[in-house]
Amino acid sequence: MSIRFKTASFEQAQDVLCIDKLSIELSTTEGARNVLDEVSLQIRRGETACLVGESGSGKSLTSLAVMGLLPAGVLKVTSGSIRLGDTDLLTRSKRELQAMRGSRMSMIFQEPMTALNPVMRVGDQILEVLKSHGGLSRGDMRRRVFAIMEQVHLPDVERVYRAFPHQLSGGQRQRIMIAMALILEPALLIADEPTTALDVTTQKQILSLISELQRQHGTAVLFITHDMGVVSEIADTVHVMRQGRIVETAPAAQLFESPRHDYTQALLRAVPSLQPRAPRPAEPRAPVLDVASLGKTYSSGGFLRKQSEKRAADAVTFQLRPGRTLGIVGESGSGKSTVARCVMRLIDPSDGSIRLGDTDITHLPPRQLRARREKIQIVFQDPYRSLNPRRKISSSLIEGPMNFGMSKDQALANATRLLEIVGLSADALDCYPHQFSGGQRQRIAIARAVAMEPDVIVADEAVSALDVSVQDQVLKLLETLQRDLGIAILFITHDLRVAAQICDDVIVMQHGRVVEHGTAQDVLVAPSHAYTRALIEAAPGRGWDFAACREISLTGAHA
Amino acid sequence: MTQTSGSTAPSPGIARFLGLPAGARLGIVPVLAAILLAVIVLATIFASLLAPHDPLALSPLNRLKPPSAAFPLGTDAFGRDLLSRVLYGGQISLMIGLGAAAISVSIGLAIGLVAGFFRFADMVIMRVMDAFMAIPAVLLAVALVAIHGASVFSVIVAITFSEIPRVVRLVRSIVLSAREEPYVEAAIALGTRMPVILWRHLMPNTLAPLIVQATYICASAILIEAILSFLGLGIGTETPSWGNIMAEGRTYFLLKPSLIFWPGLLLSLCVLSINILGDTARDLLDPRMRKREV
Repeated sequence: MSIRFKTASFEQAQDVLCIDKLSIELSTTEGARNVLDEVSLQIRRGETACLVGESGSGKSLTSLAVMGLLPAGVLKVTSGSIRLGDTDLLTRSKRELQAMRGSRMSMIFQEPMTALNPVMRVGDQILEVLKSHGGLSRGDMRRRVFAIMEQVHLPDVERVYRAFPHQLSGGQRQRIMIAMALILEPALLIADEPTTALDVTTQKQILSLISELQRQHGTAVLFITHDMGVVSEIADTVHVMRQGRIVETAPAAQLFESPRHDYTQALLRAVPSLQPRAPRPAEPRAPVLDVASLGKTYSSGGFLRKQSEKRAADAVTFQLRPGRTLGIVGESGSGKSTVARCVMRLIDPSDGSIRLGDTDITHLPPRQLRARREKIQIVFQDPYRSLNPRRKISSSLIEGPMNFGMSKDQALANATRLLEIVGLSADALDCYPHQFSGGQRQRIAIARAVAMEPDVIVADEAVSALDVSVQDQVLKLLETLQRDLGIAILFITHDLRVAAQICDDVIVMQHGRVVEHGTAQDVLVAPSHAYTRALIEAAPGRGWDFAACREISLTGAHA
Repeated sequence: MTQTSGSTAPSPGIARFLGLPAGARLGIVPVLAAILLAVIVLATIFASLLAPHDPLALSPLNRLKPPSAAFPLGTDAFGRDLLSRVLYGGQISLMIGLGAAAISVSIGLAIGLVAGFFRFADMVIMRVMDAFMAIPAVLLAVALVAIHGASVFSVIVAITFSEIPRVVRLVRSIVLSAREEPYVEAAIALGTRMPVILWRHLMPNTLAPLIVQATYICASAILIEAILSFLGLGIGTETPSWGNIMAEGRTYFLLKPSLIFWPGLLLSLCVLSINILGDTARDLLDPRMRKREV
């Protein structure tokens, strides 16, 4: 299947949103700084404009400025204008903007759980939007709510109407958000990373839902994302942002086929390819990590209450050989993190066995377990929480080695050397975690793991929270460390692209079970299980090689 | 927080350790409260230098005198100098306040850390704490005084007992959420021993809320001591405290209201400024303010 960019022309369509040379200033104690610098963009009726860029590029700020939701006092519009149709938004009062939100422009957010009121039935929340804007009778309003809920393809709308947010799935919650945003048929819909928190298969459904509704209503959509794959699927026009400026604006096909700006090219190059890495020769040495029919059951309830059990992992078996990378992929709730935490013995497995080197660590008592811990280390997803914010980098780095009897001086010398290996200067030792960016913190977390000279590193979504360019660097760092030190990596991820880049072997998990296990080449190119195929098909922009700016002809054609 | 011209910033090192946002500023009210409290504390500490008379010296000729050069606040029914008694009385009140706060916070911290981190200990400890909480401080004090006689010790023990469960609950709830943090799990993976993890990675999270809690305990302890003394269950009248000075003055209230007014005023100002400082600390340490840090 080849990828098709949207090629609709909007020459004739009328402008819905017109931002002209918008500058926004952030006032801090050190003085004022421009965080948005003369940003200009137009969106026309029926057009999807994607705003892409890495974190801190100002893309969310632009959308908040349009909605009139900039935090007062801290951020100030210094010049430029924002026009929605014929209305100049920057000159409107708070009350006027309030009336326009929902009716003429609306917004959906990344995390529908936090955007919805947890103690109010979702149907009533949609009804609320109608109540505050129109003079309809209660019966008419309910009918409209049911109609929009059907339009966003919610099942059994009578039941869902009465549900609370926590009773719905992530995808259903996002559908509710979309229903709320579109019920008054606004001319402009702003979608701020609306699918980032969703699984790929759900993401695909939500993306096609947004396009479908857009066609029906002729809504102009400002879609904010960092994911080039998503952009390639939905964009008519792409605006690439960097450090508060728009560096390139182009129709989707043109941008992907011949990106002009250096930054756009760099951004596209950093998108990992879905094509698996070249296979490495088979590793003859014995496995360092041998997991056999591992299972984990969570039970809730207990004393005087009905016991309910949830099987988070079931009969998971794999082997990891020295210097190799095994990927565990799956959607949220598939049990991949449970496996990682069992392997680390952060939680105790319910059954099965885990052998680390020549020791069975499945039921090792705390004292002996602690002695084996230096052999296996973990790198977490969120670099902002994986380092103790109150402790200097040096203390974090020497903690492990000193637990195993290294002297402080030696551990410090070691830490300095490691920081250089991960690409940071020795000055970092005296700093606190908040002084570093997410990518740098992840490097420090990796240095902390490597300081133990482990045989195995468990990387639990270790690059998922990072921007693509940083993700690329961290993956390269892991690969270098693996090559130089012969560390085996158990790589947990939901991102098939990342898995393709770093893994020798891949396990696909669903509902706690392994559905497919094989080499990266086999699993990702010629998947045998239906679920794996669904995952691959849902990966956005899978037919396009972003780095090479050309189509991919998929081998092992199943599609 | 109001930003006034008289605002001051806490020192960066302390602010960092408590997780304060950079550039957090104090308004004028907390600064005034701090100054007021400092003056009261210093005046009671140096009571022996400042007091014009022996607080216990009886002087039958000078009973219930109005304020004069020799007796700035007048004298009580036994001719004792009221100013001297109030200054010395502050020593006992503040000692009980600080003592109860320090003891209950440190014991509560230790128990709370254990309860929060070890699941099996949690059940037992929290049930015991629930039992403690069911006993009112005043009632417990009455019982202790009945057994041991009235003393500073009995009063501190009574207050401490009723405050410990509150501290334990606070610490436990913080530890319960903090132990799920990846940096704590990373420390486990690095082979760090449990006591070290508790002390190094979990305890610092509890400090900021504990400081706030300590101010409230301190304030309420001073009040409870006053109540007990007022009821005649506190410290014996041979040792002046703000509470028992007021209790004695009660008899002569219509004749000479200043006997209750002065110790009462100092007591109120003291508790008020401690509470203001606690509120300020709570505002500064509020996680919602911390989030604004970029």
